[in-house]
This record gives sequence, C-alpha cells and structure tokens, in this order.
Amino acid sequence: MTAYTSSRQAKRAAYIPSIELLSGVLAGSVPAIARMISRAEGGYAEASDALAEIYRHTGKAHIVGITGVPGAGKSTLVSSLIKAFASDGYKVGVIAVDPSSPFSGGAILGDRVRMNDAAQSCQAFVRSMATRGHLGGLARSTLQAVDILDAAGYSPIIIETVGVGQDEVEVVTAAHTIVVLSAPGLGDDIQAIKAGILEIADIHAVSKCDKPEASATVSALKGMMALGTVKASAGWNPPVLPVSSVSGERIGDLKDGIGQHWAHLQESGELAERQRSMCRTRILGTARHLFQLKFNEDVEEMEKHIQAVVNRDVDPLVAAYRLLGWDSEARVA
Amino acid sequence: MTETSTVDQDSNPGADAEVHSPGTIRVLVAKLGLDGHDRGAKIVARILRDAGMEVVYTGLYKSPNEVVNAAIQEDVDVIGVSLLSGSHVPLFRELGRCLREQKAEHIFVVAGGVIPEQDYAALSDSGVDAIVPQEARADLIVTTIRNLIAARGRI
Repeated sequence: MTAYTSSRQAKRAAYIPSIELLSGVLAGSVPAIARMISRAEGGYAEASDALAEIYRHTGKAHIVGITGVPGAGKSTLVSSLIKAFASDGYKVGVIAVDPSSPFSGGAILGDRVRMNDAAQSCQAFVRSMATRGHLGGLARSTLQAVDILDAAGYSPIIIETVGVGQDEVEVVTAAHTIVVLSAPGLGDDIQAIKAGILEIADIHAVSKCDKPEASATVSALKGMMALGTVKASAGWNPPVLPVSSVSGERIGDLKDGIGQHWAHLQESGELAERQRSMCRTRILGTARHLFQLKFNEDVEEMEKHIQAVVNRDVDPLVAAYRLLGWDSEARVA
Repeated sequence: MTETSTVDQDSNPGADAEVHSPGTIRVLVAKLGLDGHDRGAKIVARILRDAGMEVVYTGLYKSPNEVVNAAIQEDVDVIGVSLLSGSHVPLFRELGRCLREQKAEHIFVVAGGVIPEQDYAALSDSGVDAIVPQEARADLIVTTIRNLIAARGRI
C-alpha cells in the first residue's frame, strides 16, 4: 500500500539566515519568533550571532515559572493565567515543556490542548518544547526561547515545567517568580515538610479548590509555611492560594500575587541578586553542555578512557582528570 | 510492512546529541471541525513519537484558522489532520486558504481518517500534500512524512 501523494511540484522553501530573522523577532513577528526558537532548539551554529544580538535586547520581561506534579493542572492554570493577564493588557508568552522519550527521542507535547483557546483569543505566544534528554524539568534551550520572547516584547513569560517529582528544581534559577502548584489529595503533612520542590515556591497555589479535599492541602502547606521558610527573602512570605481553573475562582488573586512578587523583587533589590544567580547558572550549564559536545566528538579519546576504567586500571575520577587534560596526581575529592 | 519498532532503528538512546539532531521533525496533529473521534489521532501521535518526532496535539473541534495559527507558533514541519466526519473537502479547502493567507505554505498537510478516493483530487487542489488511507500500516505514515521533508530540505 502507498500513500496518495499530491502531484503538485514538491514544496520548496529557502532557508532564511537567522540574522535576517532578527529584525522580525525584534518587531514581534510571530513566524520569525517561532523559527528563531527552532534554530535555538536545534543548536544551529549559524544562529549564534543572531541569538547573541537578541540577548542584548532582553532583561525587560517578568519570567514566571510554574511547576508541580504531573496532572496537578499546570497547563489548565496557565491557560487561565493567559486570559487573566491578557485582560489587563499584557502580551503573554508561554514556553510549555514536556518530556522526550529516552528511547526514540520523540515526544508528545500535550500542553497546547489546554491552552489553544486562550492563545487564540488572547494573542498570546504559546510554544511547546520537548526536553530532548535534558533533566531537571526544563529543556536545554528553554532559556534561549525565553530570551527570544523577551526581546520580542512579551511579558510576563510563563515557563511551564514538565510534571516534576520531588527534586526537579531547575526552574528556580530560570525564573523570577516561582509558582508551585499542588493538587489536593496527593499526600499528607509529611509530604509538605519534605525537602525539595515545595521549598522553592515564591507562591504556593493549590489547584482544584472546587473539590472539598483542597482545604486539607491548603492547611498542610500553611502549616509548613508557619515553621518559617528556607528560601531567604526578607519581606516576602510565600502565600498559599487555592485556585480553580474550572470555575475561574481566585485566578485573579494568583495573578495579583505574581504581580506583587515582581514588585517586591524590584523594590527590595532582590531582583538584581536573582538576575546574577540566573546568569551564573546559565553560564555553568552552557559550559557543561559544551564540554559534553566536545567529548562526544573525540570518540577515540573517550574510548581509551572508558577502556581504562572498565579494566580497573584507573578509577573514574582519574579518567575524568585525564579527559580534561588535568594533572591527575593533583586530584582532589 | 513491519511494526513501528523498525522505523526508529537509527535512534540512539542515551546520546541526546545524536537523537536530537537539528533535523528533529515536528508535527501538529489536529482535529478539524465537528468531529469528536480522536482515538485514531492519538494513536498516530504515539506512532510518530516512537519514530522520534515531536508531536503537538491540538485537541478536538479546532477551526482551520486556529490550527494554522498553532502550527506557525509551534514552527512545525507538518500538519497532520484526522477527519472522519465527511466534511473534509470544505475543511481542507479552508485550511489551505488560511495557510496561503498567513504565508505558511512551507508547512506540509497530510490527511488521514475516512477519506474516499474520489475526493483525493479535490484535497490535492486545496493544498493537501499526502493522504494516508485508513488501512495504512504505522510505518507508512512515518515514511510518508519523512519523504515529504527529505524532498523539501530543512528550513
């Protein structure tokens, strides 16, 4: 059996150099922004000059991270937030991250199902992104995509992480304001005092507050907050906000809370600190990635070290020192 | 004809730089108009995922205009539309018109579902690039998409 293929001439589309897309991106052209995000995602060497220029135009947007367990209602909440911010006149950008298969590399990006209507009616830019093997809750190029939306004039820019477990907290160094969304009925107050995801919140939201179990989750979180918070931030106590995306209940409170946190960051001077820590993480993360690419290139060299470790001639630490070209006699750790 | 597992033989688990070459194919799987049957669309999404593609699913009851807007923002290579409602001729005509209007004709349109052969020519005239018959095996869908993109090249 064969597929029926149109007899029309095969489609041809010329490759538009990234530097030519640049003016479109800065002017807010949706196709130019979309294409540029693909170039960043694909790691096109040709795009690096354009991305460097884009970066010079960033730093204006309020970046909001939304994280929580799978099925907590992140996408639905983002959809409600798009509408709430848009009705205040904001041009909202969204990067929604979903996991890639470690086997085929493919992905089902399903966040758009719940955001399509809001994107359409509110002129928001919604982009789905696969993790492409990156761990931690985001994709490697999520922040470049955020840069592109920032330079194009979108703010706030909402990053929706993959459905996280207890420990994927990378978003904390990717966004100015972190909303951790908890779903009712998924754990008791012991879960609430565990280390990890709950500690990173600037705002706690509890989804599905139209359900009766939600009040128990709200009190467990409030109980945890009453014991003090580790994330030092003078003058800001993370509020616990029950919301319902179905009824639209208290979505306005969450939108206001996000705005208040942004104002707090600016007034307290904490914004500058967070920006620095975000930059630091990006530099280190990029360096790590470049190292990995470099070592993947020289297969023979890598094989030599692998064999030495397999043979028990050296331990992995010595092999790593040699791989880096460092003196393994001087090793620490 | 074999199962889908043979189509991803070139994938290489664990080496993300290789699995995700700049050539990762992105597909928008869409349901157009008043057609509530999406079991097939979801199975196709899964097949394409297992072939290493990134699949954005729109959900049900979308207008051609919404689908084109989503495809542009997602910068997909292909829009795959599943239609079982019988209204494929006018809906694909409208989809083709929206693609032209938004200068997004570089995006391929692949049709599937229940589409009688006598309508193939009309769909082709509306800008549909390929039609996969409903009895097609999984790997035919994958190769159809790969062949279209191989002929166009990366953009």
